[in-house]
Amino acid sequence: MKIFIKFDFTAICNKLLEEKLNELEIKYKVLGFGEIEFTEKVSQEKLDALNDALNEYGSEIVENQKSILVQKIKDTIIDMVFNDDTNINVKSSVYLAEKLDHSYGYLSNLFSEVTFTSIENFIILQKIEYTKQLITNNELTLTEIAFKLNYSSVAHLSTQFKNTTGITPSAFQRIITKRRELSNENK
Amino acid sequence: MQEEDVFIILADDDEDDRLFFEEAFDELKINTKVATFNDGVELMDYLNKENSLLPNILFLDLNMPKKSGKQCLQEIKKEARFKDIAIAIYSTSASEEDIENTFVMGANVYIKKPNDFKQLKKVLSNVVTINWQYHTSGLNKDNFLLRL
Repeated sequence: MKIFIKFDFTAICNKLLEEKLNELEIKYKVLGFGEIEFTEKVSQEKLDALNDALNEYGSEIVENQKSILVQKIKDTIIDMVFNDDTNINVKSSVYLAEKLDHSYGYLSNLFSEVTFTSIENFIILQKIEYTKQLITNNELTLTEIAFKLNYSSVAHLSTQFKNTTGITPSAFQRIITKRRELSNENK
Repeated sequence: MQEEDVFIILADDDEDDRLFFEEAFDELKINTKVATFNDGVELMDYLNKENSLLPNILFLDLNMPKKSGKQCLQEIKKEARFKDIAIAIYSTSASEEDIENTFVMGANVYIKKPNDFKQLKKVLSNVVTINWQYHTSGLNKDNFLLRL
């Protein structure tokens, strides 16, 4: 006797992933097309074990070196803007090249290729993002923020804010305040 | 490198504007998929369908027959399912009142429709690129305001 089976490959793959991840007690979210997001930190041992388990089925974890490096660039920039006060006088190109151990030219090209924006623009975006956060917290004045983020003057920060977002810092503050009032009314 | 298309919806009753809008995206570096609707009712009917694919960015014309852009904005902001959609107002008006009101109501982007095609491409590319940074770098969407 012969029978014929119709395989559902996607279902099989997802089931396999599910079993292996549950065995290793890894918390995860399946994003589709073989992409998985870990919802909590996973140790290297577990990752290796997962890779071994998948190897039995002719599958493996792909680590795209380019995307990983771009993520590192972003993390370094965010850390530089938001946390690190010590490097105030170091140029960001030098800082990134030293931290990541690649030439700035290489980092810069790679970044533009993957993220559709330049490192310079990304740094500005992050600084403005930090400014927005500080403005909405109402803790610092714009002058203090400009000083904290190493702008030469409050006018320089205002101009960059306006160029990046199209609105002035004070308009931004007004809009966010009104928005909060509105959502409180609706509650 | 980019694996998923950015899904974009435009609701605008002007046929020419819809056409220019779609063409402008053809030449962008970021891969996009564009759908258009002729008015606010058509748009909301689509969005409210349970398994409809939700856009990453929604462009709303303010003056549309049947249901205006502002009404759509209001309805969208009430619905938790739509919270990840970035909303761009796309209007011929540049009145400060419209701009501030729609921002307060929850719009992320306000675009005054540019007059020439080159400018339009530049503006749309800018919106999609910045939105992409918000999408991929975990920036706080509540603080995403952009006026062009």
